[in-house]
Amino acid sequence: MDFSFSTEQTLLKDSVVRFVQDEYDFDARRKLVTSDDGFSRDNWAKFAELGWLSMPLPEDYGGLGGSPVETMILMEAFGAGLVAEPYMPTVILGAGLVEAAGSEAQKQEILPAVAGGEMMLAFGFAEPQSRFNLADITTTAEASNGGYVLNGKKSVVFGAPSADKIIVSARAGGGQRDADGVSLFMLDADAAGLARRDYRTVDGLRAADLTLDGVKAGPEAVLGDLGGALGVIENVTDRAIAALCAEAVGAMQVLHDTTNEYLKTRKQFGVPIGKFQVLQHRMVDMFIELEQSRSMTYMVTLKLDEGEAERKKAASGAKAQIGKAGKFVGAQSVQLHGGMGMTDELKVGHFYKRLMMIDTMFGNTDHHLKRFAALTQ
Amino acid sequence: MDLAFTPEELAFREEVRAFIAANLPSELSEKVRTGHHLEKEDLRSWHQTLAAKGWLAPNWPVEHGGIDWSPTQKYIFDEECAKAGAPPLSPFGLSMVAPVIFTFGSDEQKAYHLPKIYSGEHFWCQGYSEPGSGSDLASLRTKAERDGDDYIVNGHKVWTTHAHFADWIFCLVRTDPDAKQQEGISFLLIDMKSPGITVRPIITIDEGHSINEVFLDNVRVPRSNLIGEENKGWTYAKFLLGHERTGIANVADSKVRIEKLKEIARAELTDGSPLITDSAFSRKIADTEVDLTALEMTNLRTLADESEGRAPGPEASMLKIRGAELTQRIDELLVEAVGYYANPYELPEHGRNEPAVGPDYADGILAHHLYMRATTIYGGSNEIQKNIIAKMVLGL
Repeated sequence: MDFSFSTEQTLLKDSVVRFVQDEYDFDARRKLVTSDDGFSRDNWAKFAELGWLSMPLPEDYGGLGGSPVETMILMEAFGAGLVAEPYMPTVILGAGLVEAAGSEAQKQEILPAVAGGEMMLAFGFAEPQSRFNLADITTTAEASNGGYVLNGKKSVVFGAPSADKIIVSARAGGGQRDADGVSLFMLDADAAGLARRDYRTVDGLRAADLTLDGVKAGPEAVLGDLGGALGVIENVTDRAIAALCAEAVGAMQVLHDTTNEYLKTRKQFGVPIGKFQVLQHRMVDMFIELEQSRSMTYMVTLKLDEGEAERKKAASGAKAQIGKAGKFVGAQSVQLHGGMGMTDELKVGHFYKRLMMIDTMFGNTDHHLKRFAALTQ
Repeated sequence: MDLAFTPEELAFREEVRAFIAANLPSELSEKVRTGHHLEKEDLRSWHQTLAAKGWLAPNWPVEHGGIDWSPTQKYIFDEECAKAGAPPLSPFGLSMVAPVIFTFGSDEQKAYHLPKIYSGEHFWCQGYSEPGSGSDLASLRTKAERDGDDYIVNGHKVWTTHAHFADWIFCLVRTDPDAKQQEGISFLLIDMKSPGITVRPIITIDEGHSINEVFLDNVRVPRSNLIGEENKGWTYAKFLLGHERTGIANVADSKVRIEKLKEIARAELTDGSPLITDSAFSRKIADTEVDLTALEMTNLRTLADESEGRAPGPEASMLKIRGAELTQRIDELLVEAVGYYANPYELPEHGRNEPAVGPDYADGILAHHLYMRATTIYGGSNEIQKNIIAKMVLGL
């Protein structure tokens, strides 16, 4: 057993932490999230140059073949800066699906372009009725003239406004919530019949709702097995959960440090408020939630390549912990900062909003407790 | 002991319901339901509707325009207003400074201010907190120095709700820097149009604007604007905090929002079934509703005591503590209930996402949740309220 980073991993950590400190301070981030794209294309080019976009991708396709630990290191640092560039939609979800399910031609087309920073991706998996069930799909893919015609809706697709290609789940057979029939299609963002409604999200990111109205897809657009893609989707979203947990740990660490410092410096009744026992205990609870979350993040990261049952259990356990802890640490950071915590100009509230949205992403604590229970009964 | 309403009370409820239905514009109730920050005109129009009916100020003495409602009638009225989505009245004039003025003010102050508060001509804000004085309010440093018939006021107030449209501010100021903290404070009424007052907006985490900073730079205030005696301001401030404690439980509003939660949980699906049939989620709703029912009963017991002339003491802090906790819990469940559609950003000033990105009921859920994080902070944080109960009620 070893929880230490290798020399290369430590170097990676230093470089991404330095990037966030030097070039992603809170004011810089505020300007970015209100810009047209909601992020910086210059930063994206820098990510490519520094090898962060290619980090988890296979070496045969321009990647660096990094392990989930490298992804965890990157995402934790991104979380500490509330980095808004669409790394999760493009690299973790989009490229992750192509790597896991794509044909040789699809991998050749997509992965080097992602690694080089020339292509952005997004993955639409949720629908208005689906809540967190990845198999609850009403978007249909009907065979037609050697290809497919897609009709339906996809909800809250992160990264879609900037994506060059959007991967969607659709049903090529089976009933509404059957595993059988779930398929993946990779569509050009400007495909005829694909309408996007773009918007900002509460945490400053960008997403879109998609309407697919008779979108034509050739056989080359199918990603993985037609009708048999649910396993791939679950695998990739579990990997995304591990990355998201790392991001949340980075965000919680900032809130923990900022709040602890505030308790030491803010004086009321003639003493730093950290002298009050009730606030000390609250801070200790926040500290414990953070450390428990870090532990679960290590656990899921190290179990992603074990068997399917172990992976699912680890992902759901970690996500349940992260959702609960993130909301607690976020809300208490606001509370302990008093009125200041309520202000938009302080970074605390922005981290809280991101942690709230992380709870929802890929299923909230309730959803993952239920999934964990089903896997462990 | 009897929980039932009398026939007279039931008739009163019908009367209130009918009046609200006939007089509350639907655009206004929609704004309230979706958690928008209200503009001055929104607040004023409903204020004036109630003033015209004579239902504005049940807690005022009858000679100043109050009405002699029983606590049960007040409860019924509040409940019906919340159900209908009526805007909460701005409390700073009506419920906060007015009782101070009619209890401790001079005849001139009563004659000038009370009619203008009642008519809605003057809106008020509260100048209490300062950057260095939040929970420790008595450490406030805004000073008022005598200069002939005036005070010269210098200082910096913060978290001042509605300062950007208020006509007057009631301020706690230090008039004796040498006295013990609580004994050197005075209660001063200041015209917001006075030269030297600057208001700077504070945008809150929901990206809305209701609160502000107020800078007072050599503001000249006539000594006739002093309430009661100089250096007795802390007494009046404590009186004000003890007034109208029962509204702080926010029960009527929470009942409305828990119904909204159930409505959403019936519409949202999980694995093809309504979310409300999900055992984990329905248990959380029930747990919250049981706590809310208990709080409602506690609130009613306090009201009953009040009607028998026993003003609520420090134990009323429990209404604030539990009321704020429940407000936040219900909002957290609302956010959970709408799932991914909590995400789309809503900008109140620009009419939000029009039409809503997801279902209409998801509009404003997250913004409201974020703004309601303040309920455990303002008016004495929950930690301070617990200190009050520990010390004043339990003798610890």
